[in-house]
Amino acid sequence: MDKKISVKVCLGTTCFVMGSANLQELIDTVPAKYGDKVEVSGVPCLGLCSIDWEFSKAPYVKVDDEVIKEATVEKVLKAIDERLK
Amino acid sequence: MVINAPRQTSHLKREILIRLIKAFYTDDFGENARLIPYQMRPKDFEAPYRCCVYKERAILRDRTIAGLGLSIEETDDSIHMAELAKKVLDREQPEEHPLTVLQTACKGCVPSRIYVTDLCQGCVARPCVNTCKFGAISVKNGKSVIDPDKCKNCGMCAQVCPYQAITKIIVPCESACPVGAIAKDENGHAKIDFEKCISCGKCVSACPFGAVHEKSQIIDVLKNIKAGKKVIAMVAPAMFGQLPCSPKQLKAAIQQLGFADVYEVAQGADITTQNEAKEFEERLVKGEEFMTTSCCAGYNELVDKHIPELKPFRSDTKTPLYYTAEIVKKEHPDAVTVFFSPCVAKRREALKTDTVDYVLNYEEIGAWFIAMNIKVEDCAESEFKTESSAEARNYAVTGGVAKAVKTLIPEEIPVYPVVVDGLNKQSIRDLKKYAKNGVCELGNLIEVMACTGGCLGGNATVNAFKPALKQLTNYVNESKSLKEPDEAAESK
Ligand code: SF4
Ligand code: SF4
Ligand code: FES
Repeated sequence: MDKKISVKVCLGTTCFVMGSANLQELIDTVPAKYGDKVEVSGVPCLGLCSIDWEFSKAPYVKVDDEVIKEATVEKVLKAIDERLK
Repeated sequence: MVINAPRQTSHLKREILIRLIKAFYTDDFGENARLIPYQMRPKDFEAPYRCCVYKERAILRDRTIAGLGLSIEETDDSIHMAELAKKVLDREQPEEHPLTVLQTACKGCVPSRIYVTDLCQGCVARPCVNTCKFGAISVKNGKSVIDPDKCKNCGMCAQVCPYQAITKIIVPCESACPVGAIAKDENGHAKIDFEKCISCGKCVSACPFGAVHEKSQIIDVLKNIKAGKKVIAMVAPAMFGQLPCSPKQLKAAIQQLGFADVYEVAQGADITTQNEAKEFEERLVKGEEFMTTSCCAGYNELVDKHIPELKPFRSDTKTPLYYTAEIVKKEHPDAVTVFFSPCVAKRREALKTDTVDYVLNYEEIGAWFIAMNIKVEDCAESEFKTESSAEARNYAVTGGVAKAVKTLIPEEIPVYPVVVDGLNKQSIRDLKKYAKNGVCELGNLIEVMACTGGCLGGNATVNAFKPALKQLTNYVNESKSLKEPDEAAESK
């Protein structure tokens, strides 16, 4: 079987305040939608926010190696769908 | 229903706050505040929302002005940002009205009206024409046409069209306001009537352009900390559901911002519960039919401004913030007190309460942590000096106040709590009815919360409602109940 897609929702302070608070629903909805093809979890600071002014691009979500900036539920689901194609 | 839906506009507002705080800590606050719009929209940047970067910069400048705690409407474009920054550094008190509208953003938002869509079939029955009491509809070229001069916006035609071809275009802020305090003026700019406004913050959340801003007091607080004053934070219970850390970590994180100490407002809530329970008992013994709570600032303004006949039924007990601030000022007469609030309404309450100097909301606190690069989840734990009860910490959840008060009322007194979970036109009608009839058929202890979900649904919260509720509930469950331990376990 193929390797599982990994989705990491950053729940560090910066991402949380800049919007990942609203991405927490993914942790419930993604498994419900994709079953065991996708593994999703909330993770501590990915270390992307402290570089220069990059806080302004938070929240960050990592789908496998791809970094999604200013992540929204829609962007994350799209990235998952792309990979499942 | 979704409480605290994700908002792109919050991202912008928070980014500006972060940049403003960073600017404050540089050598040239005024100049660096001036540069914020240019840094956010540099040359050659593709304007994501508006026609061009110039317009976006102008709008970002206005948002920065709100971040400085000034009125956007009253601030002239030509005044240099450095001058504004100086004005803010010199002021002693925050401005009276807590809200300001970025009116240039309102341009793209269509005024409320009735609109005939392409679905109109120009049918034979023409119920729209027949229903309109004002003769505003006629059929031209086989389609219904509304005469704007005659239309009174009643929406009857929209209800009767069998094709649902007619819709009512709503203005989000107008339709969210429970008391009709905000409306577009003749130029299409939203304007708040502060005589009517109860500071509920619903327009702040509703506007899709993020046009309604709270005037921030962040610079005032930073200034006091920088001056080496003893600044003390008073944290409302809702805060403990907002950030990815434990309550004790949060305390440590707040101290890292420069606060001398942190008090839980739950401490004051424990006093509110006691006094309100006593008051309820006395009132019932006197033969009164019902009493309402009095801890929600939005509700209190509603009663004062719009339903004075409800005053005799509202408890005279003070709010948790009042008691907490009293304790803090007694223990530290030299302290500058800052309340950490989930909503706009508390800014009004603070203005009327001598012991509360400033108010910051959770967006501002979050932005401050980011600006200082404090990761709350990595902070050590710091203990609170006073333990508050589970019931007090649960004040932030709708129904929590009534539940707490009920706990302390002797068994022989019959208590029937009624929860008004959010103010809207309907719940305001209900409240008026109770006042008029002098009785509420649903119960005798009415808890009123202006925000749906309670304080966790406040306009300036950071966390989504559900996870916030889960996080706060964990804290409540590990706190000691006012009831005997065995009883508490039973009622769970
Ligand atoms: S919702 Fe109100 S405040 Fe927002 S853009 Fe429209 S008119 Fe302006
Ligand atoms: S804060 Fe509330 S009462 Fe005031 S204008 Fe906005 S919605 Fe209306
Ligand atoms: S908090 Fe998400 S990358 Fe740092």
